[in-house]
This record gives sequence, structure tokens and C-alpha cells, in this order.
Amino acid sequence: MVTFESVFGERIGSVIHESTDKITRINQKYATPKIKMSAGVKFALLLLRLYLIFLVGLLAYKFWTIVHGGT
Amino acid sequence: MNPASTFLAVGTDPGFSGRLSSTTIQIEWRDDRSNALKNGRKSIMDLLSRFYFFYSRIIKTIKIYLLLAGPGLIVMIADNDAGGITTYAATGAKFGFSLIWFLVLLGPVAYFVQEMTVRLGAVTKHGHAEAIFSAFGSFWGWFSLLDLTIVNWLTMITEFIGMTAALSIFGVPPIIVVFFVILVMVSIVMSGRYWTWEKITMVFCLVNLIYIPAALLVHPSISDILRAGIVPNFPGGLHGELFFFLMANIGTTIAPWMIFFQQSAVVDKQMKEKDIPWGKFDTIVGAFFTVIVAVFVIIVTGTVLYGMNIESAAQAAQVIMGTHPWVGTLVAIGLFDAGFLGAICIALTSSWAFGEVFGWAHSLNYKVKEAFWFYIFYFFGLLTAGAVVLIPGAPLVLITLFVQVIAVTLLPAALVFLIILLNNEEIMGKYKNTLFDNITNITIVVCIIAVSSVYGISTLFPNLFG
Repeated sequence: MVTFESVFGERIGSVIHESTDKITRINQKYATPKIKMSAGVKFALLLLRLYLIFLVGLLAYKFWTIVHGGT
Repeated sequence: MNPASTFLAVGTDPGFSGRLSSTTIQIEWRDDRSNALKNGRKSIMDLLSRFYFFYSRIIKTIKIYLLLAGPGLIVMIADNDAGGITTYAATGAKFGFSLIWFLVLLGPVAYFVQEMTVRLGAVTKHGHAEAIFSAFGSFWGWFSLLDLTIVNWLTMITEFIGMTAALSIFGVPPIIVVFFVILVMVSIVMSGRYWTWEKITMVFCLVNLIYIPAALLVHPSISDILRAGIVPNFPGGLHGELFFFLMANIGTTIAPWMIFFQQSAVVDKQMKEKDIPWGKFDTIVGAFFTVIVAVFVIIVTGTVLYGMNIESAAQAAQVIMGTHPWVGTLVAIGLFDAGFLGAICIALTSSWAFGEVFGWAHSLNYKVKEAFWFYIFYFFGLLTAGAVVLIPGAPLVLITLFVQVIAVTLLPAALVFLIILLNNEEIMGKYKNTLFDNITNITIVVCIIAVSSVYGISTLFPNLFG
């Protein structure tokens, strides 16, 4: 079985292992949002997602134009 | 004979009744005068005691304020970081005093946003990163935390650019600047007391006021400032370039790190619900000074460099140095101080945020060995950001532009979360937003999101808006 320890060595591998464990614990701790998801909150979060998708799209387009020799 | 004894002497005179008509007036007059004098003495004593009471209250209030002052003042003055000073300097050079009114309007805008973090921090006792994780779950939590870390790190690079550029005017090599700045910043936080860090940082905040004497030294025309700067106007109409400058000024007024910083600082300072009015007052004082500094930077460059295209505050300082050596020196020192304040606050913001989420000890009240990861994160952020500036040929201009774009991805999210949290009665109780708060804050947040988005997009595509 491939482990972090076997790939990165004992010391670095254990640090990475502990970090991933920690992140998993954080994800479990905050798995359920504590705020009441009213219609207003849901709508605000939906708008936020759409806004971020739009921005990421713009960034990707800019990256694509730079790669293809644009400015 | 004093008036009282005169009255007694006349009153006991056996012939008193026979001389009633002529004496009564005298007695009454004496009586009135006696009462007036007595009342006069009494009222003077009363006035003095009232004054003393008022004076004692003022002194006591100032003492309490100085104890509780800090997060609001520091975040607002650190808001005038190297990027902010550059924006104001360029604005003044380009449009003279014409946009002073706009900067004055931005003061209340900054206050209304930051005031919410005071309430949220004091009530929940959690920083903004932890509050987002807890309320909205791990997806939005990780998004905010990682975005904040990237934006903060890039912004710290711009602070180091400002600091090295400022001191290069005096011939100090960048490597020396970076080394000593990191050394001083690490020393300040290693005292193991939040209070010590806060008061030392407030001294650096005072240095930020250096633009006031700088402005006085260039002898600006007060009548021109009042005529051009106070009445709202758009010089040359609302054209693309002016709109870009307006957006840049708004962009420097509210930055994502400010929201996270002040909330975490309020928690680290252990402010309670009863301290909220003081926290608000502290933020008002900070907003006042941030506007004052911005206005005086504009006065300096609007007087000396009017009509020039300035690309950085360091360039402005260098040009001013040619005609007004002292003013150029003050502008350069102010720029260094602005970068220093920005870097120290931003580095702490990331450390606090990671500490809250990862459960590390994350307070300036801990010694290094008690909060090892908190301090390592702080040190690592500063060290790497400083190192980037020293890399020959590093794309520093690109980094500066990129900061605006990345900040635009985080700012709307942080502001929307703030509004939602402040409207939650379960979390905020009686400190939740009132109708007035909501009308004001939602209007401000919508405007900031719209303008900062257009600003970010125009940075990506400079020819989009003409």
C-alpha cells in the first residue's frame, strides 16, 4: 500500500499525513452549515456562486488569450 | 462690614420701624446684593465643580478609550497602505484637489463595513474565517481561507515593493530593507502581549500622519482646495480614466483583509458586548484619520505634481525631492510607514485565520513556544513575500495588478457573509443589524461589489471600458 511515509520518507510523510488528517477533521467538524438556510440566504449564496463562476471564466479566458499571444 | 452683618445690624435697630420707608429699600437692596453675592459665589463654586466633574469625566473617557482603542484605529490607518498611498498620490497628481470630496465620502463607507466586524467579533468571540466555516460549512470556509491567504500574500509583496522603493530614495539597498523590516516585525509580535503589539503599532499609525506637515510645507492654496475639493464634481466629465481612478480609490478603501483583521483583533483583545460602543467609536476615529491622511496626500501631490502621470508613490516622492527635498523625504518616510503597517497587519490576518480554523493557539498574548504554528505562519508569510521582491526580474507590476483581480473574488463573498451573519438573530441576538443598518450596509456592499468587480475586470481587460 502506498503511503505518504513510503513516498516522501518517514519524517515528511508523517507531517503530510497529520496535515491531511487535520483537514479531514476540519471538514467533518464543519460539514453541516450552522446557519439557518432561509430562502434569502440560499439566494445570496447562489448569486455568489454564479458571480465566482463568471469571474473564474473571465480569468480562464484571459489566461487563454495570453497563452495564444494576446494581451 | 460684610452684607450679611449689615443686614443683621439694621434688622435689630430699635428705631427701625420709624425709618421703615427709607430703610426698607436699603435693606432690601442690601439683602438682594447679599443674596446675589452669595448666589454668585455659590454659582461660581457650582460652575467650578461642574467643570471639574466634566473634566474628570473627559479624562476618564480618554483613559478608557486609550485602553480600548486599537483594532479600529489600526485597521483604518493600515488601510492607507503602500497601494493606498500610491492611489491617492496618483489621484492628486492627475486631478488636483477635485476628488477630495469623494475621499471624504469613503470614510463613512469604510466605517459602516468595519463596524459590523466589531459587533460580530465581540458577540461570537470568533474570527471571520472561523465564523464562515461554522456558519456556511467547509466549502465556503476553505474558499475564503485559501483566497484570503493568496490575496494577503500578494498584497504583502506590494507592501514590500512600497517599502523598498521608499527607502531606495535614500540609497538603502532592498535586501537591507527586507531584512530589517522582517526583524522588526517579528520582534514586535514576540513580546507575548497583544497590548504591547497594539500600542507599538499605534506609534507607526501616528507616523502615517506625516503627510499633514508635508502638505503644510508645500503651502497649498486653501481657497483652491475649498473651491475645487469640497463641492462634488467630476473633472472633465465622467470619462473612462476618471472612472478608473474612482474605482481604484474605492478598491483601496475596503480590502478583504480588513474584515478578517478587525474581527480577529477584536477577539484577541477580548472585547465583550459592553465594549461594542467603544469599538465603534474607535472605528469612527480610525475612519476620520484614514480620510485625513488620504486628503493630505492628495493636497501634496495636487499642489506639487498637478497634471503629471504618477505610477507610484515612490516615483512621486522622487520627483518632489527635486523641488521640495523635505517634502519628498516626508512622502518617502510616509510610504515606508504605510507599507510597514500594511504588511504587519496583513501577515497577522492570515495567521489568525489559519489558527482559528486549524485550532492552533492563535493569540498575540501567547509566547512563541505556546503558539508556535501561529508565529511560524506569520514569519513564513513575511519572509516569502519579502524574498519575492529581492528576486531579480520578478514580475512585480503583474503581481500588483493581480492583487486587484484576486481581491475581487474574495471581497464580495466576505461582505455577503458579513451581512448574512449580522442578520442572524441566533448568532447576534440584540446586536443584529437594524433596518437602518441593513439599508445602509446592503447599499454600500452592493455598490462596492459592483465597482470592485468592474475595477477587477478593467484590470484584466484594460481596453474594455475605453
